[in-house]
Amino acid sequence: MLTAHDLHVTFNPGTPIETRALRGLSLDIPAGQFVTVIGSNGAGKSTLLNAISGETALDQGSIAIDGMQVAGLPVWDRAGMVARVFQDPLAGTCEDLTIEENLCLASQRGAPRRLSRALRQGMRQQFRRRVASLGLGLENRLSDRMGLLSGGQRQAISLLMAALQPSRILLLDEHTAALDPRTADFVLGLTRRIVREHKLTTLMVTHSMRQALDAGDRIVMLHQGDIVLDVSGAERQGLDVPHLLAMFERVRGEALSDDVLLLD
Amino acid sequence: MSWYSLWGALEIGLIFGLVALSVLISFRILRFPDLTVDGSFPLGAAVAATLIGAGADPFAATLGAALAGALAGAVTGWLNVRLRIMDLLASILMMIALYSINLRIMGAPNVPLISEPTVFSVLQPPGVADYVMRPLLMLAAVAGVKLALDWYLATHHGLALRATGANPRMARAQGIATGSMVVTGLAISNALCALAGALFAQSQGGADISMGIGTIVIGLAAVIVGESLFNSRRLAVMTLAVVVGAVLYRLFVALALNADFIGLQAQDLNLVTAVLVTLALVLPLLRQRLRGSRRRRC
Repeated sequence: MLTAHDLHVTFNPGTPIETRALRGLSLDIPAGQFVTVIGSNGAGKSTLLNAISGETALDQGSIAIDGMQVAGLPVWDRAGMVARVFQDPLAGTCEDLTIEENLCLASQRGAPRRLSRALRQGMRQQFRRRVASLGLGLENRLSDRMGLLSGGQRQAISLLMAALQPSRILLLDEHTAALDPRTADFVLGLTRRIVREHKLTTLMVTHSMRQALDAGDRIVMLHQGDIVLDVSGAERQGLDVPHLLAMFERVRGEALSDDVLLLD
Repeated sequence: MSWYSLWGALEIGLIFGLVALSVLISFRILRFPDLTVDGSFPLGAAVAATLIGAGADPFAATLGAALAGALAGAVTGWLNVRLRIMDLLASILMMIALYSINLRIMGAPNVPLISEPTVFSVLQPPGVADYVMRPLLMLAAVAGVKLALDWYLATHHGLALRATGANPRMARAQGIATGSMVVTGLAISNALCALAGALFAQSQGGADISMGIGTIVIGLAAVIVGESLFNSRRLAVMTLAVVVGAVLYRLFVALALNADFIGLQAQDLNLVTAVLVTLALVLPLLRQRLRGSRRRRC
């Protein structure tokens, strides 16, 4: 369960390039919910994820995960609760390390790093089973370097890594955006399966309205650092891309006329 | 080249094998350009020579030297992580600070070790020439350090250290406190370098304030020579490669300086180093071209 209240983040405050990325955003996600986040460039989608993971510091506001206040904690102290898959397939894994070493790193997410042998036979067998479930044939390449894999394969492994350890919330930051359409479909299908299997509370940022409708059970639209649309349940059932697009345009149009008024 | 100088080159080469392992940790694994080693090598020598001169057990003195090196590395890491000073600059600051610290420790620009006991003289069996025994002892020491390092890098902690260097953002997302990993890694790296300095002082008859100059270049040369010869990403191979690289580098230098017909003298050492490193850097490129042209002919 995630409770974010009145989040404010401003980049380069007091300079001509000042950007108010989050402006008093509040969001509650009950345990087990799969929320998709849409919005145009600069709406604050990535900043929201970074604020939850701890990469971006809040100017104001509070974030609680399962009732525990995490604002102010560094990224590594939240990692036991927060799992994450990045947009860039290179960012979520170490290309110089082997597939099994990457999985091993993820299997200790949030745990102290001990001076004991990392890769043991039992662990390898568990990894082999998990990787085989992807259906990509990677289970025979566990000792290959991560850098030898394609973008789609790396995102699939990243998803696996995120689910190796229990987490309170899974953050997906446009994790299919860098992939070709077919691979993106595969990774999205995999995402839905893993989220369902592990009953993960999930926050997925996406550029694609289609994806936002296909996956998850609640849609949140961000604009200029705040939530402008929040649809779930029965209302969401009948929703289609044109509806969503119309709402999106309306919100943007209003904001535009606001800006025009301000300019006048 | 005489037998005597060949054994001597082997001995010094193996000592610099420790420096090469040190540089492998900082430059390659942590990707932290650490010049502290230019100060921690003479720091190890200064601490060991001063302690032995004061009557300490040579093994305890060598251990003390390694601990002093670890402390120096940790300070460099702290400057970078806590005070946010750029990595290269943090290490340069520590390097010049160590110059004064080393002078303070020694109380003079050099501390001779002539009749004092050393780890080599204590372990010297009767009936074996000391110039043969010293390289053999060094071989055992370097092999021990290499295996210990291989073991460490395969532990959970070692894996976290490698992730910190390879992808710090990912490492943090996996719950690794990357700042303290950088401090730990630099401590290990500089401990090894100070250990090398301590052994160098005991094998060469004393510590000298200027003995650290160019340590980093020699360490990098060894790493580059080793990598271009072995060309593997497996860690156990890489640790072996850089030690072999250090020994080969030293043998080449000894050959170049001993071959009278070339006319090189001791003051040409750094020029020889530069030429050797250039050759090692170009070697993989040449090999690639050679392979390419062969394929075209087929």
